[in-house]
Amino acid sequence: MRNNFKILYRKEVQSFFNSPVAYITLVVFLLINAWFFTSTFFLTNESDLRTLFTVAPIVFIFFIPAITMGLIAKEKNTGTLEFITTLPFSDGEIVIAKFLAALTLVATALLFTTVHFFTLLIVGNNIDMGALISGYLGLLLVGAAYTAIGTFASSVTDNQITAFIISFSIIFVLFILDKILVFVPGFLSSFLQYLSIDYHLSNISRGVIDSRNLVYLGSIILFFLLMSIRILEMRKWR
Amino acid sequence: MIEVRKLVKNYGDVKAVRDISFKVQNGEILGFLGPNGAGKTTTLKVITGYLSPTSGNVFVDDMNVIEDSMEIRKMIGYLPEMNPLYHDMEVYDFLEFVAHAREIDKSRFKSRLGEVIELCGLKGVVHKNINELSKGYCQRVGLAQAIIHDPKILILDEPTSGLDPNQIVEIRGLIKNLGKAKTVIISSHILQEIQATADRMIIINRGEIAANGTIDELMSDFKGKTRLKLELKNADTESLKKVQSFNDGVLLSEYSEKDGVMTAVLEYPNSLDPRQDIFTHAVKNKWVILEMSRHKTSLEDIFRNLTIEGETTNAK
Repeated sequence: MRNNFKILYRKEVQSFFNSPVAYITLVVFLLINAWFFTSTFFLTNESDLRTLFTVAPIVFIFFIPAITMGLIAKEKNTGTLEFITTLPFSDGEIVIAKFLAALTLVATALLFTTVHFFTLLIVGNNIDMGALISGYLGLLLVGAAYTAIGTFASSVTDNQITAFIISFSIIFVLFILDKILVFVPGFLSSFLQYLSIDYHLSNISRGVIDSRNLVYLGSIILFFLLMSIRILEMRKWR
Repeated sequence: MIEVRKLVKNYGDVKAVRDISFKVQNGEILGFLGPNGAGKTTTLKVITGYLSPTSGNVFVDDMNVIEDSMEIRKMIGYLPEMNPLYHDMEVYDFLEFVAHAREIDKSRFKSRLGEVIELCGLKGVVHKNINELSKGYCQRVGLAQAIIHDPKILILDEPTSGLDPNQIVEIRGLIKNLGKAKTVIISSHILQEIQATADRMIIINRGEIAANGTIDELMSDFKGKTRLKLELKNADTESLKKVQSFNDGVLLSEYSEKDGVMTAVLEYPNSLDPRQDIFTHAVKNKWVILEMSRHKTSLEDIFRNLTIEGETTNAK
């Protein structure tokens, strides 16, 4: 079982780094983050990574759909889905290996942003290490949630552009929810706030790791991964 | 042994496969023949576990595709139609991935890789990217991935489509060779292909089996009959049928009339010969025989007959 994951995961990661798309998106992601971070870092004169933790999730809204759009849609389009699903892999193994491979790319991107973290270590003082670590944890968790949504979007279509638009839309709605709270009636607002990704992320980035936030992000990941597996299985019955 | 039992597969309202049953014995090469869209590929996709049957089931040994798909997939080597490959991968990496997926360990992979390269003629392209390969080489890579784990069952969906005549002969030879030790199902819409490789063939049309037997059986089934084409002037069918009544087993299979000339096709077993009776009957009734010709059936006629007949009956 575990071996199957390893085989599929290796193939997926390989195919990411075989294509120029991974490098291009990675470079763009890092450039945007670096620009926002360093352009204000020395002006505000604060020893934290708050700019990074605010900007990265916004860049994720574009970055992650771009990474995940091909995961399953491309295999559907080229017909290799038939090849891989008739090998002795379960649909669950295929989806989760793809999810983990895409998450690896997201984590790699985050790893490169630690260059800002080290800059801070060198020039900053009174650094709140706990907040930095939980901030990174938050980014990784949100990245995982977006990746799960992207995997789902990629499973519903055989067109990569459509997959991009679907995952972008879902992520955008979840992101914007707590910014439109003033427009909705009061009884809905706490509910919508709970559904908003940014609300949970901001808690975690502040250094407050609440089980509510973890449960929320965990459920998003689980829900969209299960949906992707179901949709992949549905091909059998269409 | 593979047994397909009462298999039905619908895509929404489209009935792709309607109640098909057949068996494939171990070590047999079965040719799956039919025009495009007859349901060949759908049947193969159910056997390989890509699709689930709407009703019915497929049994491989004691397992069935609904409950034991994973175990069955392990026994099968499958070359899908259109031969989908990962074009961004190197041939070596691709075959290594398939070998790992097929639970072949490192040392065995090395020896198998050598054999497969030899068998499929992949020497010299092993370290090339698949997207640099010609269609013929892609097809060989597809075949190589299907046999790398030395499967008991080999399912090949249109394995020679898009190849040039030399490559076709080569691949057919390869399939014939592999079939000595394996159970092979090969699908094609080209009769010669099945004739050249298969021990037995199933002709499928509009989702139903039109014929099932060895090539010799199919030939004798239909060769046992002779078709006689007649063109008669001043004749009528009622009177013509009186000729037949003299001979048991003569059938008037088709007839038409135009400008006083009747065209009729008779079918009868080879043991009979009604021509003399027809001639005397014609003389007695003062018919003019414009044409009377016997027609020998070939396998191609059988194929065309079975598949075209199906079309017209289904159209009703």
